Amino acid sequence: MWDYTLVSIALGSVALGLASGVMGSLAVLRRQALLGDTLAHATLPGMVIAFAATGQRTYPVLAVGAALAACLAALLVAWLRSRTRLDSGTILGTILSLWFGAGVWGLAYVGRWPTANKAGLDKFLFGQAAALTMEQSVVMMALSAIILAVVTLFSKELKVFIFDPVFAATIGLTERRMGVLFTLLLVLAILIGIPTVGVVLTSAMLVAPCLAARPFAHSLRALIALAGAIGLVCGLLGTWISASVPNLPTGPAIVLLLGVAVAIAQFRPRRPSGPAMQSSDEPATAAQPAGGKP
Amino acid sequence: MSTAAPLTVRDLTVAYGDRPALWDVDLEIAPGRLTAIIGPNGAGKSTLLKAALELIPRVAGTVAFFGRPFTEVRSEIAYVPQRAAVDWDFPTNVLDVALMGTYPRLSWFRRPGPEARQRATDALARVGLSELKDRPIGALSGGQQQRVFLARALAQDAQLYLMDEPFAGVDQPTERTIVEVLRELRREGKSVIAVHHDLQTAPDYFDDAVLLNVQVFAHGPAAEVLAEDQVRHAYAARPVRLSFGQAH
Repeated sequence: MWDYTLVSIALGSVALGLASGVMGSLAVLRRQALLGDTLAHATLPGMVIAFAATGQRTYPVLAVGAALAACLAALLVAWLRSRTRLDSGTILGTILSLWFGAGVWGLAYVGRWPTANKAGLDKFLFGQAAALTMEQSVVMMALSAIILAVVTLFSKELKVFIFDPVFAATIGLTERRMGVLFTLLLVLAILIGIPTVGVVLTSAMLVAPCLAARPFAHSLRALIALAGAIGLVCGLLGTWISASVPNLPTGPAIVLLLGVAVAIAQFRPRRPSGPAMQSSDEPATAAQPAGGKP
Repeated sequence: MSTAAPLTVRDLTVAYGDRPALWDVDLEIAPGRLTAIIGPNGAGKSTLLKAALELIPRVAGTVAFFGRPFTEVRSEIAYVPQRAAVDWDFPTNVLDVALMGTYPRLSWFRRPGPEARQRATDALARVGLSELKDRPIGALSGGQQQRVFLARALAQDAQLYLMDEPFAGVDQPTERTIVEVLRELRREGKSVIAVHHDLQTAPDYFDDAVLLNVQVFAHGPAAEVLAEDQVRHAYAARPVRLSFGQAH
């Protein structure tokens, strides 16, 4: 029974699982999972403004607004990092709440408008895969394809930049170039997550597949592939459960499934190849503190 | 290329907030030699390398590699960061990290081919890690981690090697391997500048030494520079405050 809605939903879930598995893995390895959460929340005011300006609530229109708001938030985060001594968590927490607060206020404001069109914006808070249209799914697939293509093309540059940004900078892969590329890709992945899991839970979609895949993967390629697959399966299953259980939004269903996957994965011993080989010297973790001294 | 000074620093000042980490540093490193940068904690040794490589901003001063700006001679310079600076749980293996040293000579989008793999494999052999090339880096000891970093730099096939504390916290076999590699590099006519913290071994391991404590206190043959009174003078020096000007 391949009905139209089901195909849309399935396509959307595939796009979501692949994109968030890939970009989420890179974000977690770069220790920027919280940036993903911040940028996801930051999309809300952008969508409200896009709706207010155009009167439309089609996914492509809202996505443009969402992307602009997220990029603005990312720029502000980068600027605060370079200009203040605030720690990263403080900056991200502040921007997240500010942008999200503005978005919620905006939702309430447009909610009072006497247009028949107003309903439906708030479904982007927690996601609603059941309402996914073919148009949305096609856009999600296209965005997902862009992410996969760019990550494949720049795989060696992204790998060295995320593993050792200092070394990467000395060979010309500077924070300015690679950091911008990485953040743009992350924003794209977030745009894909919004219709299905929603603004609030998108970060779980980024973090969880990587955590579930990590104990089984010994190369970046394997980690990304496995995380993508886990995201995909949980996306499909969660959507199906949400469609069969009344009043269960899709986002929470997918996220809870991912939580189960993460929990199960932790039972696997971390390194099947044996314990860390500590030959004659001190453990690797006893090295000097990172970052060097001033 | 080997006749020009591998590193020339003029009037370099670097500050963290209002506290200078380097103050008016002038240096001309001799080619084809092993040079140690020595000084107490907080002397700005790592900062000197990082500022030269444009990893941190300079307040003032100029830096030239082989008489040219860093961006023009990037591929001739290999940097070995402190190994604590990266996440060793990253899902990759030993050969893969060594391969990263071949990236600068590959164009965008190109993956390392057989020639690059050969270069990385040779580099691993030089540091004695051939047998561990498929091992996840998370399963390495501290000394092995340091050797992987060294192999990555060797795979870059550069003219100048900048190393940040290569001997910090490594085991005896690793220390011997690194010393051997340094001497090989010198035989090949390459230059090495390394941040070093051990006054005892410095004259053995290095030809020249730069005694640094925010300012340059001495620079020349290691045995002379590390004479006791010179060292005492440098280590006793108080850090300079920008607001108070220079004070010893």
